[in-house]
Amino acid sequence: MSFSIKKEGEIVVVDVEGQLIVGNRQELKQKVLDELERGEKKFLIDFAQTGYIDSSGLGVLVSLSKKIREQGGELRLANLNDDLKTLFELTKLDTLFQISDTRDRALSSF
Amino acid sequence: MVASTPPDTGLRVSLVVEIPSDVAYIERVVDLVRHPCAELAYTSRQLALNVPVALSEAISNAILRANHEDPTKRVRITVAVDARRLVVEIEDEGDRFDMAASTRDATSPENLEREDGRGLFLMRKLMDHVERFDATGSTGGGNVVRLTLARA
Repeated sequence: MSFSIKKEGEIVVVDVEGQLIVGNRQELKQKVLDELERGEKKFLIDFAQTGYIDSSGLGVLVSLSKKIREQGGELRLANLNDDLKTLFELTKLDTLFQISDTRDRALSSF
Repeated sequence: MVASTPPDTGLRVSLVVEIPSDVAYIERVVDLVRHPCAELAYTSRQLALNVPVALSEAISNAILRANHEDPTKRVRITVAVDARRLVVEIEDEGDRFDMAASTRDATSPENLEREDGRGLFLMRKLMDHVERFDATGSTGGGNVVRLTLARA
């Protein structure tokens, strides 16, 4: 499992490869917070290559979304497969995040 | 003569996995439990969502909340799976807790933006049954959380 970060224009795109779980969520949080501290405002997390997400992974997404909003920025999500969509629906987090079906759609939505 | 594949109904797999109180082990335990479920034709949804997420929650609760990551305490995961159902028991060595009192509605407006508090909620949503018992080991404490999921 790993996280890779790249810039697409003025948007910071994070790819989550593998699981987003209690064992690695702090790594994701720190990487995004470092970018936020550098002054970045627009963030997209892409789950195309993600396996499963546990409650602490969801918790980190909620926390990051709040911190980014407090800095006047925005966090959006893309490429949730059907199982991940169900996870977001069960927890009603689909109402908290703007979620796009594809990376391109997400990038053009900012 | 070509041997025919025997039916899944004759298979039953039992596993016992013990880990230290370290969350780095969770993913490997999930893989160990998913493998026989896949062999017994549990659905892709169950293999990708119900089993890994509920199991991760139960093991991380045992490590973080019950055992407080104490390196002298272990978590024991006992698995019995056949073509009808998966039963996993997660035993810790920590303080006993009241599961009903610890579960809150993670989807209510006041809880939706909380970072924590979705673990037990998700276990109950993703499993058919979630039960807690007192452990009967020699330590005098400990909880056993039993997760049950019928093959869909």
